[in-house]
Amino acid sequence: MKLVSNFWRKLCKPSNAAVGVVIGMGFVGGILFWGAFNTGMEATNSEAFCASCHEPIVNEIKETIHYSNRSGVRAICSDCHVPHNWADKIVRKVQASKEVFAFVMGNISTEEKFYARRKHLALREWQRMKENDSQECRNCHDFDFMDFSEQGQRSVKQHSTALASGEKTCVDCHKGIAHQLPDMSDVPGWQ
Amino acid sequence: MKQVLIALLVTGALYSLPVQSTEVANIENVNNGGVASLRGITELDTTRKADPMKRVEKDRSPIDRDYVYQPPLIPHQTRHYEVSLNANKCLSCHSWKYAGEMGATKISVTHYQSREGQVLSDVSPRRYFCLQCHVTQADAAPLVENEFKRVDSLR
Repeated sequence: MKLVSNFWRKLCKPSNAAVGVVIGMGFVGGILFWGAFNTGMEATNSEAFCASCHEPIVNEIKETIHYSNRSGVRAICSDCHVPHNWADKIVRKVQASKEVFAFVMGNISTEEKFYARRKHLALREWQRMKENDSQECRNCHDFDFMDFSEQGQRSVKQHSTALASGEKTCVDCHKGIAHQLPDMSDVPGWQ
Repeated sequence: MKQVLIALLVTGALYSLPVQSTEVANIENVNNGGVASLRGITELDTTRKADPMKRVEKDRSPIDRDYVYQPPLIPHQTRHYEVSLNANKCLSCHSWKYAGEMGATKISVTHYQSREGQVLSDVSPRRYFCLQCHVTQADAAPLVENEFKRVDSLR
Protein backbone atom coordinates (compact mmCIF):
# COMPACT_ATOMS: atom_id res chain seq x y z
CA MET A 1 0.00 0.00 0.00
CA LYS A 2 2.83 2.31 0.95
CA LEU A 3 4.54 1.49 -2.33
CA VAL A 4 1.46 2.59 -4.29
CA SER A 5 1.04 5.85 -2.39
CA ASN A 6 4.75 6.62 -2.83
CA PHE A 7 4.47 5.95 -6.55
CA TRP A 8 1.39 8.16 -6.78
CA ARG A 9 3.14 10.98 -4.94
CA LYS A 10 6.04 10.67 -7.35
CA LEU A 11 3.68 10.95 -10.31
CA CYS A 12 2.11 14.14 -8.84
CA LYS A 13 5.44 15.95 -8.44
CA PRO A 14 7.28 17.43 -11.41
CA SER A 15 10.06 15.02 -12.36
CA ASN A 16 13.76 15.83 -12.25
CA ALA A 17 14.33 13.62 -15.28
CA ALA A 18 15.09 15.30 -18.57
CA VAL A 19 12.14 15.83 -20.93
CA GLY A 20 13.75 13.52 -23.44
CA VAL A 21 13.78 10.65 -20.93
CA VAL A 22 10.12 11.21 -20.02
CA ILE A 23 9.09 11.29 -23.69
CA GLY A 24 11.23 8.21 -24.31
CA MET A 25 9.52 6.34 -21.47
CA GLY A 26 6.12 7.37 -22.78
CA PHE A 27 7.08 6.13 -26.24
CA VAL A 28 8.28 2.75 -24.99
CA GLY A 29 5.27 2.43 -22.68
CA GLY A 30 2.98 3.23 -25.63
CA ILE A 31 4.56 0.55 -27.77
CA LEU A 32 4.21 -2.02 -24.96
CA PHE A 33 0.58 -1.09 -24.35
CA TRP A 34 -0.33 -1.15 -28.03
CA GLY A 35 1.45 -4.48 -28.52
CA ALA A 36 -0.33 -6.04 -25.56
CA PHE A 37 -3.69 -4.66 -26.71
CA ASN A 38 -3.31 -6.02 -30.21
CA THR A 39 -2.02 -9.36 -28.96
CA GLY A 40 -5.10 -9.64 -26.75
CA MET A 41 -7.26 -8.69 -29.73
CA GLU A 42 -5.62 -11.36 -31.88
CA ALA A 43 -6.02 -13.97 -29.13
CA THR A 44 -9.79 -13.42 -29.11
CA ASN A 45 -9.75 -13.95 -32.90
CA SER A 46 -8.20 -17.40 -32.77
CA GLU A 47 -10.08 -20.56 -33.62
CA ALA A 48 -9.30 -22.08 -30.22
CA PHE A 49 -10.84 -19.08 -28.45
CA CYS A 50 -14.07 -19.33 -30.52
CA ALA A 51 -14.27 -23.07 -29.91
CA SER A 52 -14.08 -22.62 -26.15
CA CYS A 53 -17.76 -21.59 -26.22
CA HIS A 54 -19.00 -22.44 -29.75
CA GLU A 55 -17.54 -25.89 -30.16
CA PRO A 56 -20.51 -27.57 -31.92
CA ILE A 57 -20.52 -24.89 -34.62
CA VAL A 58 -16.76 -24.92 -35.03
CA ASN A 59 -17.03 -28.65 -35.73
CA GLU A 60 -19.57 -28.06 -38.50
CA ILE A 61 -17.12 -26.15 -40.67
CA LYS A 62 -14.80 -29.15 -40.91
CA GLU A 63 -16.57 -30.74 -43.89
CA THR A 64 -16.89 -27.50 -45.82
CA ILE A 65 -14.59 -26.00 -48.42
CA HIS A 66 -13.52 -23.19 -46.11
CA TYR A 67 -11.85 -25.76 -43.84
CA SER A 68 -10.50 -28.40 -46.19
CA ASN A 69 -9.82 -27.91 -49.89
CA ARG A 70 -7.39 -28.67 -52.72
CA SER A 71 -4.94 -25.83 -52.10
CA GLY A 72 -5.01 -25.61 -48.30
CA VAL A 73 -6.02 -21.95 -48.11
CA ARG A 74 -8.29 -21.63 -45.09
CA ALA A 75 -10.70 -19.24 -43.48
CA ILE A 76 -11.12 -19.36 -39.70
CA CYS A 77 -14.12 -18.08 -37.69
CA SER A 78 -12.85 -14.53 -37.34
CA ASP A 79 -12.12 -14.17 -41.06
CA CYS A 80 -15.89 -14.17 -41.68
CA HIS A 81 -17.37 -13.07 -38.37
CA VAL A 82 -15.07 -10.20 -37.34
CA PRO A 83 -14.53 -7.16 -39.60
CA HIS A 84 -10.91 -6.71 -40.69
CA ASN A 85 -11.04 -2.94 -40.77
CA TRP A 86 -9.74 -1.68 -37.39
CA ALA A 87 -12.57 0.68 -36.35
CA ASP A 88 -15.28 -1.81 -37.36
CA LYS A 89 -13.40 -4.54 -35.55
CA ILE A 90 -13.41 -2.59 -32.27
CA VAL A 91 -17.16 -1.92 -32.66
CA ARG A 92 -17.82 -5.61 -33.20
CA LYS A 93 -15.64 -6.59 -30.23
CA VAL A 94 -17.60 -4.25 -27.96
CA GLN A 95 -20.86 -5.75 -29.24
CA ALA A 96 -19.45 -9.18 -28.53
CA SER A 97 -19.18 -8.34 -24.83
CA LYS A 98 -22.99 -8.51 -24.74
CA GLU A 99 -22.79 -11.97 -26.32
CA VAL A 100 -20.33 -13.05 -23.61
CA PHE A 101 -22.96 -11.96 -21.08
CA ALA A 102 -25.61 -14.07 -22.86
CA PHE A 103 -23.24 -17.02 -22.80
CA VAL A 104 -22.55 -16.60 -19.07
CA MET A 105 -26.31 -16.44 -18.46
CA GLY A 106 -26.52 -19.85 -20.16
CA ASN A 107 -28.65 -18.84 -23.18
CA ILE A 108 -27.01 -21.54 -25.30
CA SER A 109 -25.64 -23.75 -22.55
CA THR A 110 -27.16 -26.97 -23.93
CA GLU A 111 -27.44 -28.27 -27.46
CA GLU A 112 -31.23 -28.03 -27.32
CA LYS A 113 -31.08 -24.40 -26.25
CA PHE A 114 -28.56 -23.67 -28.99
CA TYR A 115 -30.64 -25.27 -31.75
CA ALA A 116 -33.75 -23.44 -30.50
CA ARG A 117 -31.88 -20.15 -30.72
CA ARG A 118 -29.96 -20.90 -33.88
CA LYS A 119 -32.35 -19.22 -36.30
CA HIS A 120 -32.30 -15.98 -34.31
CA LEU A 121 -28.51 -15.99 -34.27
CA ALA A 122 -28.25 -16.83 -37.97
CA LEU A 123 -30.72 -14.13 -39.00
CA ARG A 124 -28.70 -11.55 -37.06
CA GLU A 125 -25.47 -12.56 -38.74
CA TRP A 126 -27.05 -12.57 -42.23
CA GLN A 127 -28.48 -9.11 -41.56
CA ARG A 128 -25.05 -7.85 -40.45
CA MET A 129 -23.43 -9.17 -43.63
CA LYS A 130 -26.17 -7.78 -45.84
CA GLU A 131 -25.69 -4.33 -44.30
CA ASN A 132 -21.94 -4.29 -44.99
CA ASP A 133 -22.36 -5.77 -48.50
CA SER A 134 -20.78 -9.08 -47.44
CA GLN A 135 -17.51 -7.32 -46.68
CA GLU A 136 -16.02 -10.35 -44.96
CA CYS A 137 -16.58 -12.49 -48.10
CA ARG A 138 -15.10 -9.79 -50.28
CA ASN A 139 -11.93 -9.53 -48.17
CA CYS A 140 -10.84 -12.65 -50.07
CA HIS A 141 -13.35 -13.06 -52.92
CA ASP A 142 -12.85 -9.83 -54.85
CA PHE A 143 -15.51 -9.41 -57.55
CA ASP A 144 -13.19 -7.33 -59.75
CA PHE A 145 -10.85 -10.30 -60.13
CA MET A 146 -13.42 -13.04 -60.73
CA ASP A 147 -12.78 -14.86 -64.02
CA PHE A 148 -16.16 -15.85 -65.40
CA SER A 149 -14.51 -18.19 -67.91
CA GLU A 150 -13.34 -20.29 -64.96
CA GLN A 151 -16.75 -20.39 -63.27
CA GLY A 152 -19.58 -22.83 -63.91
CA GLN A 153 -22.51 -21.79 -66.09
CA ARG A 154 -24.78 -21.40 -63.10
CA SER A 155 -22.29 -19.23 -61.22
CA VAL A 156 -21.67 -16.97 -64.20
CA LYS A 157 -25.39 -16.48 -64.68
CA GLN A 158 -25.91 -15.19 -61.15
CA HIS A 159 -22.61 -13.34 -60.71
CA SER A 160 -22.71 -11.47 -64.02
CA THR A 161 -26.25 -10.20 -63.40
CA ALA A 162 -27.50 -9.88 -59.84
CA LEU A 163 -24.09 -9.58 -58.15
CA ALA A 164 -22.52 -7.32 -60.80
CA SER A 165 -25.43 -4.88 -60.65
CA GLY A 166 -25.27 -4.76 -56.85
CA GLU A 167 -28.87 -5.94 -56.64
CA LYS A 168 -27.78 -8.90 -54.53
CA THR A 169 -24.84 -9.46 -52.24
CA CYS A 170 -22.91 -12.68 -51.55
CA VAL A 171 -24.82 -13.73 -48.44
CA ASP A 172 -28.20 -13.44 -50.21
CA CYS A 173 -27.47 -16.77 -51.93
CA HIS A 174 -24.48 -18.20 -50.05
CA LYS A 175 -26.06 -19.02 -46.71
CA GLY A 176 -24.88 -21.87 -44.53
CA ILE A 177 -21.67 -22.31 -46.53
CA ALA A 178 -19.68 -23.00 -43.37
CA HIS A 179 -22.46 -24.16 -41.06
CA GLN A 180 -25.60 -26.22 -41.05
CA LEU A 181 -28.75 -24.20 -41.62
CA PRO A 182 -31.59 -23.39 -39.24
CA ASP A 183 -35.22 -23.83 -40.33
CA MET A 184 -35.29 -22.00 -43.69
CA SER A 185 -39.02 -22.21 -44.41
CA ASP A 186 -39.66 -18.43 -44.31
CA VAL A 187 -36.26 -17.22 -45.55
CA PRO A 188 -36.40 -15.55 -49.00
CA GLY A 189 -34.96 -17.80 -51.72
CA TRP A 190 -35.65 -20.96 -49.76
CA GLN A 191 -38.57 -23.29 -49.53
CA MET B 1 11.71 -74.42 -9.26
CA LYS B 2 12.71 -76.03 -12.51
CA GLN B 3 9.66 -78.31 -12.38
CA VAL B 4 7.32 -75.38 -11.85
CA LEU B 5 8.79 -73.58 -14.84
CA ILE B 6 8.38 -76.64 -17.06
CA ALA B 7 4.78 -77.04 -15.89
CA LEU B 8 4.09 -73.41 -16.73
CA LEU B 9 5.62 -73.76 -20.21
CA VAL B 10 3.62 -76.91 -20.91
CA THR B 11 0.28 -75.33 -19.88
CA GLY B 12 1.17 -72.25 -21.92
CA ALA B 13 1.84 -74.39 -24.98
CA LEU B 14 -1.43 -76.29 -24.46
CA TYR B 15 -3.41 -73.06 -24.32
CA SER B 16 -1.83 -71.70 -27.50
CA LEU B 17 -2.71 -74.80 -29.51
CA PRO B 18 -6.45 -74.13 -29.98
CA VAL B 19 -5.64 -70.54 -31.01
CA GLN B 20 -3.41 -71.80 -33.81
CA SER B 21 -6.05 -74.20 -35.07
CA THR B 22 -8.72 -71.44 -35.28
CA GLU B 23 -6.25 -69.34 -37.27
CA VAL B 24 -5.94 -72.15 -39.77
CA ALA B 25 -9.74 -72.27 -40.06
CA ASN B 26 -9.85 -68.51 -40.63
CA ILE B 27 -7.41 -68.74 -43.50
CA GLU B 28 -9.78 -71.14 -45.25
CA ASN B 29 -12.75 -68.83 -44.62
CA VAL B 30 -11.11 -65.78 -46.15
CA ASN B 31 -9.61 -67.53 -49.17
CA ASN B 32 -11.23 -66.12 -52.29
CA GLY B 33 -10.45 -69.28 -54.24
CA GLY B 34 -8.78 -67.30 -56.98
CA VAL B 35 -12.04 -65.58 -57.99
CA ALA B 36 -11.76 -61.95 -58.97
CA SER B 37 -14.63 -59.59 -58.20
CA LEU B 38 -15.12 -55.83 -58.33
CA ARG B 39 -12.85 -55.76 -55.28
CA GLY B 40 -10.05 -57.36 -57.33
CA ILE B 41 -8.54 -60.69 -56.25
CA THR B 42 -7.80 -59.66 -52.68
CA GLU B 43 -8.47 -62.04 -49.78
CA LEU B 44 -11.80 -61.46 -48.11
CA ASP B 45 -10.29 -60.11 -44.90
CA THR B 46 -7.99 -57.58 -46.51
CA THR B 47 -9.15 -54.22 -47.68
CA ARG B 48 -7.97 -53.31 -51.13
CA LYS B 49 -6.49 -49.85 -51.57
CA ALA B 50 -9.36 -47.61 -52.56
CA ASP B 51 -9.51 -46.21 -56.09
CA PRO B 52 -8.98 -42.46 -56.34
CA MET B 53 -12.30 -40.67 -55.99
CA LYS B 54 -13.91 -39.68 -59.28
CA ARG B 55 -14.40 -36.01 -60.00
CA VAL B 56 -18.02 -34.95 -60.27
CA GLU B 57 -18.80 -33.02 -63.43
CA LYS B 58 -18.85 -29.37 -62.51
CA ASP B 59 -21.53 -27.88 -64.66
CA ARG B 60 -23.08 -28.82 -68.01
CA SER B 61 -26.38 -28.73 -69.84
CA PRO B 62 -29.13 -31.25 -68.94
CA ILE B 63 -28.44 -34.92 -69.74
CA ASP B 64 -30.93 -36.77 -71.96
CA ARG B 65 -32.87 -39.60 -70.35
CA ASP B 66 -32.32 -43.24 -71.31
CA TYR B 67 -35.76 -44.58 -70.46
CA VAL B 68 -39.22 -43.31 -69.72
CA TYR B 69 -39.65 -42.39 -66.04
CA GLN B 70 -35.91 -42.17 -65.47
CA PRO B 71 -35.18 -39.66 -62.72
CA PRO B 72 -33.19 -36.97 -64.57
CA LEU B 73 -29.45 -37.01 -63.73
CA ILE B 74 -27.88 -34.02 -62.00
CA PRO B 75 -25.61 -32.19 -64.48
CA HIS B 76 -23.72 -30.22 -61.81
CA GLN B 77 -21.87 -30.57 -58.49
CA THR B 78 -23.86 -30.73 -55.29
CA ARG B 79 -21.10 -30.64 -52.71
CA HIS B 80 -22.38 -29.31 -49.38
CA TYR B 81 -25.90 -28.61 -50.66
CA GLU B 82 -27.90 -29.16 -47.50
CA VAL B 83 -31.00 -31.33 -47.76
CA SER B 84 -32.30 -31.80 -44.24
CA LEU B 85 -35.30 -31.23 -42.03
CA ASN B 86 -34.38 -27.53 -41.94
CA ALA B 87 -33.43 -26.73 -45.50
CA ASN B 88 -33.47 -28.07 -49.06
CA LYS B 89 -30.94 -26.33 -51.28
CA CYS B 90 -32.18 -28.13 -54.43
CA LEU B 91 -35.60 -26.53 -54.10
CA SER B 92 -34.01 -23.07 -54.07
CA CYS B 93 -33.73 -23.46 -57.84
CA HIS B 94 -35.82 -26.46 -58.90
CA SER B 95 -39.07 -25.83 -57.01
CA TRP B 96 -41.97 -24.43 -59.04
CA LYS B 97 -41.65 -21.18 -57.14
CA TYR B 98 -38.05 -20.48 -58.22
CA ALA B 99 -37.44 -22.59 -61.36
CA GLY B 100 -38.53 -19.88 -63.80
CA GLU B 101 -36.49 -17.13 -62.21
CA MET B 102 -33.40 -19.32 -61.85
CA GLY B 103 -33.63 -20.92 -65.30
CA ALA B 104 -33.57 -24.39 -63.74
CA THR B 105 -35.47 -27.56 -64.61
CA LYS B 106 -38.77 -27.70 -62.74
CA ILE B 107 -39.40 -30.77 -60.58
CA SER B 108 -42.21 -32.84 -62.10
CA VAL B 109 -45.79 -32.73 -60.88
CA THR B 110 -45.39 -36.22 -59.45
CA HIS B 111 -43.38 -34.65 -56.62
CA TYR B 112 -46.49 -32.82 -55.50
CA GLN B 113 -48.62 -35.97 -55.28
CA SER B 114 -49.28 -38.30 -52.41
CA ARG B 115 -48.81 -42.04 -52.83
CA GLU B 116 -52.50 -42.29 -53.76
CA GLY B 117 -52.14 -39.66 -56.49
CA GLN B 118 -53.80 -36.89 -54.53
CA VAL B 119 -52.34 -33.47 -55.41
CA LEU B 120 -50.70 -31.67 -52.48
CA SER B 121 -49.94 -27.97 -51.96
CA ASP B 122 -46.21 -28.52 -51.55
CA VAL B 123 -43.52 -31.12 -52.26
CA SER B 124 -44.55 -34.49 -50.86
CA PRO B 125 -42.39 -35.65 -47.95
CA ARG B 126 -41.72 -38.92 -49.79
CA ARG B 127 -40.16 -36.92 -52.65
CA TYR B 128 -38.22 -34.48 -50.46
CA PHE B 129 -34.82 -36.18 -50.43
CA CYS B 130 -33.71 -35.44 -53.98
CA LEU B 131 -30.47 -37.44 -53.97
CA GLN B 132 -32.32 -40.69 -53.33
CA CYS B 133 -33.22 -40.81 -57.03
CA HIS B 134 -31.28 -38.02 -58.73
CA VAL B 135 -27.52 -38.44 -58.81
CA THR B 136 -24.51 -36.43 -59.93
CA GLN B 137 -22.32 -37.74 -62.73
CA ALA B 138 -18.64 -38.58 -62.77
CA ASP B 139 -16.50 -39.00 -65.87
CA ALA B 140 -15.84 -42.70 -65.24
CA ALA B 141 -15.71 -45.84 -67.38
CA PRO B 142 -18.49 -48.40 -66.63
CA LEU B 143 -17.38 -51.10 -64.19
CA VAL B 144 -19.02 -53.86 -66.23
CA GLU B 145 -20.05 -54.07 -69.87
CA ASN B 146 -23.54 -52.76 -70.49
CA GLU B 147 -25.64 -53.45 -73.58
CA PHE B 148 -28.64 -51.42 -72.53
CA LYS B 149 -30.35 -49.65 -75.43
CA ARG B 150 -32.84 -46.83 -75.26
CA VAL B 151 -36.43 -47.47 -76.24
CA ASP B 152 -37.27 -46.43 -79.79
CA SER B 153 -39.03 -43.23 -78.79
CA LEU B 154 -35.92 -41.92 -77.02
CA ARG B 155 -33.39 -42.98 -79.61
